[in-house]
Amino acid sequence: MKPLTLDDLAALASRPAPVTTDFVRVQLDTGGIAAGAEETFAAFRSAVAAAALSTPVLRVGSHGRSWADPVVEVAAAGLPPVLYGGVKADVAPQIVAAHLQSGRLIDDHVIAPASGAAELAAPVTHLLVLDTGVGEAKTKFFQFSFVEELKRRGLADQIQVARALDLGVYDEGVVVTLLPAGVTYTNVLAPDVARIVEQSVQGRQVLDDLLWKRTDPQVRIVLRNCGSIDPESLPDYLERAHGYQGLRAALARTPEQVIEELKVSGLRGRGGAGFPTWLKWTNTRIQKSEPRCVICNGDEGDPGAFMDRSVLESDPHSVLEGLMIAGYAIGAAHGYFYIRAEYPKAVERVERALAQAREAGLLGRNILGTGFSFDAKIRLGAGAFVCGEETALIASIEGKRGSPSPRPPYPSVRGLWGRPTAINNVETLANVPAILLRGGAWYAGYGTETTKGTKVFAVTGKVKNAQLVEVPMGTTLRSIVFDVCGGVLEDKDIKAVQTGGPSGGVIPDKHLDTPVAYETLQQLGSIMGSGGMIVMDTTDSMVDVAKFFLKFCVDESCGKCAPCRIGGFQMLQILDRISRGRGAAEDIAALRRICQAMQKASLCGLGQTAPNPVLSTLRYFDEEYKAYIEGGPSYARKMARAAGGAEPARALAPATTEGA
Amino acid sequence: MSAVATLPTVKATINGLVVEVPVGTSILDAARRAAVKIPTLCKHKDLLPTAACGLCVVRNKGGPRLLRACCTPLEAGMEIATHDNEIVEVRRSTLELILSNHPAECLTCGRNGECELQSIAADFNIRTDGIKRHVKEQPADRSTGSIILEFEKCIKCGRCLQVCQEMQDVWALSFLERGINTRMAPAGDIALAESPCVKCGQCSAHCPTGAIVENDETAAVWAALHDRDKVCVVQIAPSVRVTVGEAFGLPPGTNLTKKLYSALRRLGFHAVFDTNFSADVTIVEEATEFVQRFVHQRGPLPLITSCCPAWTDFMEKKHWDFIDNFSTAKSPQQMLGVLAKTYYAQQAGIDPAKLVVVSIMPCTAKKYELSRTEEMFASGFKDVDICLTTRELARMLKQSGIDFLALDDGAADSILGEYSGAGTIFGTTGGVMEAALRTAHHYATGQKLGQVEFAAVRGLDGVRTAVIDVGGAKVRVAVAHGLGHVSAVLEQVRQARREGKEPPYHFIEVMACPGGCIGGGGQPYGVDNERRRQRIAGLYQDDRDQAVRCSHENPEVVRLYRDFLGQPNGTKAHELLHTRYTARPLYKR
Repeated sequence: MKPLTLDDLAALASRPAPVTTDFVRVQLDTGGIAAGAEETFAAFRSAVAAAALSTPVLRVGSHGRSWADPVVEVAAAGLPPVLYGGVKADVAPQIVAAHLQSGRLIDDHVIAPASGAAELAAPVTHLLVLDTGVGEAKTKFFQFSFVEELKRRGLADQIQVARALDLGVYDEGVVVTLLPAGVTYTNVLAPDVARIVEQSVQGRQVLDDLLWKRTDPQVRIVLRNCGSIDPESLPDYLERAHGYQGLRAALARTPEQVIEELKVSGLRGRGGAGFPTWLKWTNTRIQKSEPRCVICNGDEGDPGAFMDRSVLESDPHSVLEGLMIAGYAIGAAHGYFYIRAEYPKAVERVERALAQAREAGLLGRNILGTGFSFDAKIRLGAGAFVCGEETALIASIEGKRGSPSPRPPYPSVRGLWGRPTAINNVETLANVPAILLRGGAWYAGYGTETTKGTKVFAVTGKVKNAQLVEVPMGTTLRSIVFDVCGGVLEDKDIKAVQTGGPSGGVIPDKHLDTPVAYETLQQLGSIMGSGGMIVMDTTDSMVDVAKFFLKFCVDESCGKCAPCRIGGFQMLQILDRISRGRGAAEDIAALRRICQAMQKASLCGLGQTAPNPVLSTLRYFDEEYKAYIEGGPSYARKMARAAGGAEPARALAPATTEGA
Repeated sequence: MSAVATLPTVKATINGLVVEVPVGTSILDAARRAAVKIPTLCKHKDLLPTAACGLCVVRNKGGPRLLRACCTPLEAGMEIATHDNEIVEVRRSTLELILSNHPAECLTCGRNGECELQSIAADFNIRTDGIKRHVKEQPADRSTGSIILEFEKCIKCGRCLQVCQEMQDVWALSFLERGINTRMAPAGDIALAESPCVKCGQCSAHCPTGAIVENDETAAVWAALHDRDKVCVVQIAPSVRVTVGEAFGLPPGTNLTKKLYSALRRLGFHAVFDTNFSADVTIVEEATEFVQRFVHQRGPLPLITSCCPAWTDFMEKKHWDFIDNFSTAKSPQQMLGVLAKTYYAQQAGIDPAKLVVVSIMPCTAKKYELSRTEEMFASGFKDVDICLTTRELARMLKQSGIDFLALDDGAADSILGEYSGAGTIFGTTGGVMEAALRTAHHYATGQKLGQVEFAAVRGLDGVRTAVIDVGGAKVRVAVAHGLGHVSAVLEQVRQARREGKEPPYHFIEVMACPGGCIGGGGQPYGVDNERRRQRIAGLYQDDRDQAVRCSHENPEVVRLYRDFLGQPNGTKAHELLHTRYTARPLYKR
């Protein structure tokens, strides 16, 4: 690629993104690949070739619907883009034959999130049907009913009725979506079939009593390009995603103005602690010593969290652009991506992005002739959770044992190689280009008083649609779990949601209507954390949940400071006893005492927050602990069977544990 | 107007008391000034805070969390509380956690009665095992014969690592694994003897518990003393006389030379010698070497002192390109040993095979030196049979029933007992240099030195350099102590070598331990710079108290050369009093 100039970028900014109406986009991130997306990609290539079609089969990142992997987006035959889930290799030829060649959707794979549309401007081409109630028994019946009705009116040849995979509406009975408009009807009953066909399909009238008016709470800022562009193509990013326009906007201003824009946006660190990004940058910028450094923290390690991985894999240039803007703002010419080695695909794509940016003159000396020089390197984490902590991360890059060190000095004063260093999380950086491009005020328009913008959550556990969710701050936990992710698996009752990973806590059902913000979650005894969200149903034992997270922290403790090293281990011994029904009444007091020592006397955030899962389960579910202690081993066995385990959780290795 | 720049200070309160301290002073140090003691197990005055133990937590009014006093600088306007209810509770729980991970073996531990953990547990009035004890079984490392690593007793404070890696630049010790399995061990999980360890023992001097201790060989000495077929003689190193009193509650620097003579004789030693005597011999040999190289250009410069075995080991492993610069003179310990088994044995009519030479040293590396090379057996017998550290001697004295401090003064035995002031200052950094300069001056000029004290080489700065006038010739000298300071000096020499220039120094003294032998790894516990200064002052006073202050004027030394050795650096002297060096691999596997 020829080196870009500032004029080239300006020209790209005013040029509208090319509209493509003919493509197959296979979502190839680690999750998709694990589900067979590479095979799907190959199957599409050969099927398209065999059919002698010209439709390009493209690789893109993931938009986050992990539960539906492999996910493919198809635009062809004059239809608007349609999303298919669960597209294993054998489904590809069916899609090519039906969708690409004859404009017909295939059954049981279409994902068409309800849009809240309330108008039928264009003629209806397809009906999507899905029973979202318990049992899913009536989908086929309604498909049949609609087909019969259409036949009766002689419309069966023009309008297809397909069974959907997901319509973005849950627990609302039979749901019908009318394409291309996306008008969605819920709680459709048998008598409604004729009405819908007559009035909506033929008459293009919207039936208000059935209309689903709620809109999806999701707002995609961080994930704006994920799943829609080729993460391995710089031209795609430049032409279709306003790529590097945020950088252009930044370079047109002074670093102080850039920081001011961040201040207006209210963006706070998305790694978990929520420190204001502008302040972190200012604290680094005002240091007299040079050179300075910026680091992108890609050491995501919370169990169940995969936001950062997905962004790095699906939109690496956005993160790089954010890092460059950070570099410009704080006066750093050197950047590092610290990415955990368990993310090879992310590393590969960031590496490629760096090479492409270098080739295009977006990295190096005197970028775009503005006098700003910047380059970045990748450093791999070696599998230690604690290396996400800033001082440990720095030690790790420097080649030392990854242990935190006391602060002060803060990294902003004396960081990597003793230089002033700003460390920002992947998601934080991915927000930055959008803020520069669209303005801090626009960004601050989302969110709550204290917590602006959006947050990406990785929702997993006992949830129907385990996936990435990006919602404005202030959205309730219940809305995330039920409106976006479809509710609890097997329609069991929800017990709690765990947020914040091993440093977080459980939030019980009664508090699920709390709007998500740094402060509100803290008040409930949990934290925002990096965005892991684990859904638990009534069969989950809270003692086991606490044990699971504590075990994680015990395994990941660097061992440097006594409260964390020994405290975590000793608590785990106690929890293990309790969970096997061998606890004693005084164990609860002992737990609380060790919790206090760990919280107050641990050196870094890992140790200080490791007791949170225990404390929050004790806060909301202390009767469960008591039940284990009073009920003894037989109770423990009963709980284990209820959770689906064959036998109670086996005893941890005896006190002389070997290394993890 | 005062020309003295005063450091900017900060004012804050600690427990309501107003304190004003220089900017950057830690809360821990600031509290000390206000007579407030904040407990800590990991912070050592010699070292940077490791922030490992978590006992020093304090509260700043209105702050979100507790702060570590060891590594948080006091800031203006802080209102620090050090002992409120919650803080004390947190400390107590943390201490109980540490104790739960430590074997309850106090009664049989090498640090019994001198252990920082034990004493803090006593201070906290810990009376029960509040938390179930969990200690992973791990065999001790006894591979070096100098230092024993009792891993189970390690509380992971990180002091020894900082000592080994940064203070001493040795990098033998490291942390392995993580979480509860974290352990201090030789890097790469090998035996200590296979590691770069130079046996300086600074780790043992800084360890708060019994996790790193000297290899106690008192039993072997008792056995020898009780063996009727053996004749035991003993020597005491220069620094031991001003440190041993600390083990009996006396202030550092108290000179107990003559009480030591009495005590050792009471222990049953047939003859009591003084390593100061052989230090004088070492100086005669080394000054002769220096004059040969400096005045007669026979041999490479700089000449580097070699009487510290940890330094010698370090050089052989890391700086072996300086082998030819090393003085070949043996250390005073070895010289006394070989002279006892030859000269003394002859004169006293004792079969050297029956003679057991015991040395009392400040040092764990001296144990290693006993069999360092075949030259340590030059007379056909081992120069020195058993080496004890100051700490081991104190224990023997306590076992023996001797009321050490109540003893009358005694005298050392001829013909290896008399010493000059130059011999006694061997025990401090800069002392060997100063002693050598006194004698070298005489050898080079033939004149008697008027002012024998060379203030320029004294002090506790890591590296001290000076230009000394020796009969009109300018001798450039450098003194380094603490192995971490050595590389910079040697690098200057290498640089000059590469550029074909004259060496920046003619004479370099290196002692492995900060402060020299008075700060040795086998000395009584609790070393810090204040204590080092007091110990050093004791030695310089001993120097001033001597009628003879130059090694070559020591009458017994003069007699030794006249009656037995012949010329300094002569054939016999070379055969008995000199050694060789070889490059050694850093890792032995």
